[in-house]
Order: sequence, then C-alpha cells, then structure tokens
Amino acid sequence: MTDTSLTPWRVETQTKASAISAIVAALIILLAFAAPLFASRSVMQDLFFILTMLVLAQNWNLLAGYAGLVSVGQQAFVGFGAYAMFALVILAGLDPLIAILLAGIASALLAIPTAFFLFRLQGAYFAIGSWVIAEVVRLALAQWKMLGGGTGTSLPREATRDMPALKFVGELFGVKSSGAGDILTYWLALLLAIATIGLVYRLLRSKQGLGLAAVRDNQEAARSVGVDARRMKTLVYLAAAFGTGLCGALIYVQKARISPDAAFSVVDWTAYVIFIVVIGGIGTIEGPIVGVIVFYLLQNLLADYGSWYLLILGLIGIVIMLFAPRGLWGLFAERTGIQLFPVRRRLTGGPLMSSKNGGPHG
Amino acid sequence: MAWLDTIIQGILLGGLYALFAAGLSLVFGIMRLVNLAHGDLIVLAAFLILVLVSALGLNPFLAALVAMPVMFAVGWALQFFLLNQTLGTDILPPLLVTFGLSIVIQNGLLEGFTADSRRIPVGGMDSASVALGPINVGVMPLLTLASAVAVIVGLNQLFYRTSLGRAFRATSDDPVTAGLMGIQPKRIFATATGIAMVVVTIAALYLGTRANFDPTIGPARLIYAFEAVIIGGLGSLWGTLAGGIVIGIAQTFGAAINPEWQILAGHLAFLVVLLVRPRGLFPRAVD
Repeated sequence: MTDTSLTPWRVETQTKASAISAIVAALIILLAFAAPLFASRSVMQDLFFILTMLVLAQNWNLLAGYAGLVSVGQQAFVGFGAYAMFALVILAGLDPLIAILLAGIASALLAIPTAFFLFRLQGAYFAIGSWVIAEVVRLALAQWKMLGGGTGTSLPREATRDMPALKFVGELFGVKSSGAGDILTYWLALLLAIATIGLVYRLLRSKQGLGLAAVRDNQEAARSVGVDARRMKTLVYLAAAFGTGLCGALIYVQKARISPDAAFSVVDWTAYVIFIVVIGGIGTIEGPIVGVIVFYLLQNLLADYGSWYLLILGLIGIVIMLFAPRGLWGLFAERTGIQLFPVRRRLTGGPLMSSKNGGPHG
Repeated sequence: MAWLDTIIQGILLGGLYALFAAGLSLVFGIMRLVNLAHGDLIVLAAFLILVLVSALGLNPFLAALVAMPVMFAVGWALQFFLLNQTLGTDILPPLLVTFGLSIVIQNGLLEGFTADSRRIPVGGMDSASVALGPINVGVMPLLTLASAVAVIVGLNQLFYRTSLGRAFRATSDDPVTAGLMGIQPKRIFATATGIAMVVVTIAALYLGTRANFDPTIGPARLIYAFEAVIIGGLGSLWGTLAGGIVIGIAQTFGAAINPEWQILAGHLAFLVVLLVRPRGLFPRAVD
C-alpha cells in the first residue's frame, strides 16, 4: 500500500497555457494602455469599436452561453443606458463619466421589472419576449420630448469639453479636446473590457459559476443538489443588463448623438453581437475575443458591399451553428486542448494523475 | 359611436395578426420550434406575390394562389434540409439559425428590391367599404378576418379529421413512438412547415394589399404574431385568433388616443396579459 497522504489532492483550474497566457495578456494590456502614445486617431476609434463590441459580446455570451438565456433584446439595455446617460448629462447637468456609471445602475434597475415579465416565458419564448421588451422601451423613450422624441438629440459640446478628466488627458498628451475625447473613451472601453472579462472569469471559477454550468447542462439535476437555478439566472440577467447598459452609455458618450432607432437597433447591438459570439465560440471566454477580431476583419473586407455584408455574416453564422456549434475557438481548443481561460476543475497532486483533456467546458 | 367603430376596426386588424400567428403556432405546436424568421418569410411571400402581379399581370388573389405551392416548397425544403438539423434538446441551434435566416432574408430582399416601400395593387378594392348598420367597414379588412377564420377552421379540420393531422398530433406527442408506427417525423415536420408557409402566403396577401411594406418590417410582424400566440395560450388556434384581436383592439384604441401610441398600446396589452394570465387566455398545452 502506498501512502497517498503525502501527496495531497488539489482542485485547480490553472493550466500551463493559461499561465503563459496570463503573462502575455498582461503585456498586451500594458501595450493597449500605452496605445494613445503611438496610434493615430482613426486606429483609436477602431479599437474603441472593437472593445465595446467585445464587452457587449461577453455580456451576451454570459447570458446565452452560460445561463441559457437566449436574448435577442439586449439592445433594450444599450439604448436605455445611452438614454439614461443623455438624461443625466442634459437634464441633470452631471459629468458624463459619472453619468455612465449611473446609467449602468439604471439599466440594472430596469432589468428588475423586465426580469419579472420575461422569466414567465421559457426558452425560445424568452427570446422573442426580450425583443418585445426592447421595443416597449424604445417606443416609450421615443415619447420623451425633452430628449428629442423620435428624432433624437445631441450631447451639448460644453458638457463633454468641460469634463475635468478630459482636460487632464488633453494636457497629458498635449492634444485638443476632440483628440483627448477619443483617448479617454478608448481608455474607458479598455478598462470596461478588462473588467468584464475579469469578472466573468472570476464568476465562472467561483462556486456560483459551477452552479451556473450545472444549471445549463441539466437544470433538474442541478436543482436536486441544491442549486437555485432561478436565482442564478436572475443574477446573471441583472449583471448582463448592468454591463450592457454601461457599455451603451459609453458608446453614446463617444457618438454624442442619439436617436431611438439607432440606440435600440437590433442589428447593431444584438445581431452583430450574436454573430460575434457564435462565430468565435459560444460558451467560452475566448470565443467572443476571437469572434470580434474576425467580425472586424470581415467588416473592413466587405465594407463596400452594403447589405451583402450582413447577408454573408448571417450565412456564416448559420453554417457555424450547424457544423461547428462551438465556433472557431471551439475547433481550435478541441484540436490543441489549449484553454486561455480554463474554468474546468481538475484534480491534481494525487496518485492517479489524470491529464486527459476534454472539451472546452469539461 | 366612435368607440364602437374603434372596436370593430380593432377586431378586423386582429384578423391580420391572427393570420401572421397561425403559421407560427402551427410550427411550434408540432415541433416546438420557434422560427425567428417567420416575419421575414411573410415579407418574402409578399414580394413573391408582388412580382407575380407586376411581371405576369395576375390578379393579386390569383397570384397568391400561384405563390402558395411555391412557398409550400420553400417551407418544405427549409425544414427538411436546414431546420431539421437543428432540432434537439438544446434551444440554441434553432434560435440562432432562424435568427441568422431572418438577417439573410431581410438583406437578400434589400439587395433585390431596395428599401423602397411597395404595395400590391388590388384595383379599387382597398378603398371599397360596406355598411354594417351604422358602421362602415372596409372590404379588405373584412376579407382578412374571414380568411383568418377560414384558415383556423381549415387547420382544425386538418388536425382532427385527416390522417395527416393524426400524424401531426402523434409526432408532436412523441416522435419516437410515431416513428415506430411508420411515420417519418422529419417528413412530417417538413410538411408542417410547408403548410405553415401556405398560411404565411395568405397573410402576405393581406399584408401587401392593405398597407405599404418594405424588406425590414418582418421582425415587427414576428413580434405581433408571437404576442397573439402567447395571449391566446399555446396550442389553441382559436385562442390565437382571440390573441390577435386583443392586440388589434389595443392598437386601434392606442391610435385613437394618440397615433404614436398605436404599437406601444399593443405591446402593453401583451404585457398585461402576461402579468395576469401568464399561460394565456385559453391555455391548452402544458409546455
């Protein structure tokens, strides 16, 4: 008999690839923060677009990929966050930076009553129900005459120009307020993207994340071992509303012009986001990152073809869903076993060391 | 009398929404599939009728009759070759594939027909009206409601009086056992979607003749159809008609107060029903 007590069991999620990727990620983040030093304004604006789409995609992925809540109405929170920010800046005269944060909280508050309605609908009906909610919010805000009603309105230039943070950035880089605005919004988008990925990763590695995966894989079995499925789903729904609303507000600080049709666009804020997640790989943190890069490249490649672009994106989405439902990252991870953000718990340190790698979810 | 007129107009509008919803209800009832491209397929059928009318000079009703077998074939092929591959316990594939399909149809139509508003010409019929007591009622809205009732009677007859209907119900209850009895569930599903597309063609005829349409209005039709199905209660076609009428009346009353509130009032009626009767007004199926 061998004495196994000398080599204690440990449960861990870290892999060799994830340790390397953590170092690489830290370098990329440093480089990204320094980007305003060497990148042009148009590059900064492209990066802003990529980062905000990534945040929306991570939020949708959390809902659909991990909590099984397929929403086609997340534009409700993008638009509501944006409108809340506009209202706080124009009507209450707040600093846009504070308004962004409050807009995120407002979106989470909006999610409480909408969850009450939506959680009465199951599966596919949840999807269309979320769309109805988005339409209701859009039509209701289009009635708000002080914010321009159906035609929309613009952020007053003074509100953004006089921001203390903007002056600081402007002096730091010695640029005018419009250039400083691009740098500031880019940094905020970068911070938001890092925070979103960090929080999602943390959630998935926690006890709650394990419960969430259990609910997704088999709701009845998860409930039988004491996971409160409804509570988990509600929490994820509220968290995604917060993140999506925050991101919506940030996007519209940069756009500085809002209208109900643009802020609640199902194509811009939900169709693109769904395609990003599906193409990259649903149910993984890496998926939306890969997806948003592919999406950006496709957009530049097909920019001149108008509606052909969306048509092709739709076809790619269908093909991936049918033949590679785990997306591009899923294909890669299956072949290589590499996971940059491993959430699978592995038992190590004991006598029966198992190193067999399974799917990306484990 | 204004309020009575509003109610009558609402009921007639409800007929149109019931037609939108009947196909959705049929497909969901048999294979638990929610087709997010349903509204876009209605718009596609409307464009097909428009092409037949303008290219061949057909009467719109005759054109719809010609379009029906075409749309049946489209629905059959769509289900057999594409949507059947997505059926299973996971709800993600059917939702995301039909969502992708919706985007593909919309943008395909935009590419082929531009974003201009179109209308299927029906001679003088769209302005003709008949007097029902003190109220004047348009001929087209009346025909729409009559068609909705006829479609629902027809579908119920199909379900409960024919062997195909028996196969539908059997497959809906238990596809594996139905398979043992010599039914091929995949073909039954394809036939069901084909029939749903015939209903969609009828809906498209009235969509296209009563008002202007363009390639982007599909999703809103899907939402009305969905609301009618949920208000009526899953699995009941007469309930779907009632659901359509509830939305129709809510919309005409909303519009009577303020034209901008028309659509919002319909959605709010749906949310109220969801609040007080989450399983709909006439629930039948438990799922």
